[in-house]
Amino acid sequence: MGMYVATVARAATTTDVFNAVAEPRRREIVDLLARGEQPVNDLVGALGLAQPQVSKHLKVLREVGVVHVREAGRQRLYRLNGHALKPIHDWVKDYERLWEERFEALDGVLEDLKREERGDDRSG
Amino acid sequence: MTAVGDRKATVTVQGDRQILITREFDAPRHLVWKAWTTPELVRQWWTARRGEATVCEIDLRVGGRWRYVMVTHEGSQEVGFHGEYLEIVPNERLVSTEAYEGIPDPDANAATNTLTLTEVDGRTRMEILVEHPTKEGRDMHIASGMEGGLQDALDLLEELARREA
Repeated sequence: MGMYVATVARAATTTDVFNAVAEPRRREIVDLLARGEQPVNDLVGALGLAQPQVSKHLKVLREVGVVHVREAGRQRLYRLNGHALKPIHDWVKDYERLWEERFEALDGVLEDLKREERGDDRSG
Repeated sequence: MTAVGDRKATVTVQGDRQILITREFDAPRHLVWKAWTTPELVRQWWTARRGEATVCEIDLRVGGRWRYVMVTHEGSQEVGFHGEYLEIVPNERLVSTEAYEGIPDPDANAATNTLTLTEVDGRTRMEILVEHPTKEGRDMHIASGMEGGLQDALDLLEELARREA
């Protein structure tokens, strides 16, 4: 309940990155790269996709800045740019914080109820 | 006071349309249920101290409606949610829809929330599963972007942030 409070306001500025990683294959790429920099061939092998498809996904991720690429000899090495994923990370943290604050208030309500119940037992 | 670690809420994004929130409470589940389904009590926690609850209506029966509205302290924004109860097992399970009134066509984009309470040794574990029914509804929720596998990357980012702090 209330999860939209923090989110709708953000939509306008972060749609691109959110959209880019909404595609399941691209999320897989992000996860693979979270373990470290990798040449495109390793990604092709791990994903079980044809190279042109992988390259297409990498292009989308590069355009929104989620991955960076560099040439090393004859290889193109891809790595994750954590900074670009920060809006998503922040969203999860904001959402978690909202619930944490809500649950802390609920802890207080529960303490009152426990006290009340103990009181009722004594008087009953 | 005890088992502080368990008191922390966790938010896990799973599958394409689901978000799972879990938390433990130092109270038996009939009290958690009471706090969750009694309007005067919901008013005390639902706003997370970010605003004033101006509406808190609960018609706790299958097909019954609920509506919560708060006015935020910051910016005095009115934020409203409503829905319908689909399944009620007292003290155990509550399934309801949730529509956010701040988006176009809220009801068509409503999520389904399943609350599950499990009691062990007088403590209650709460699970809230938030599920979006359609791609459109899901897309309204910006969480759409961080589904499934992204969890690894997010964990990594958090670790990096900690290291740099």
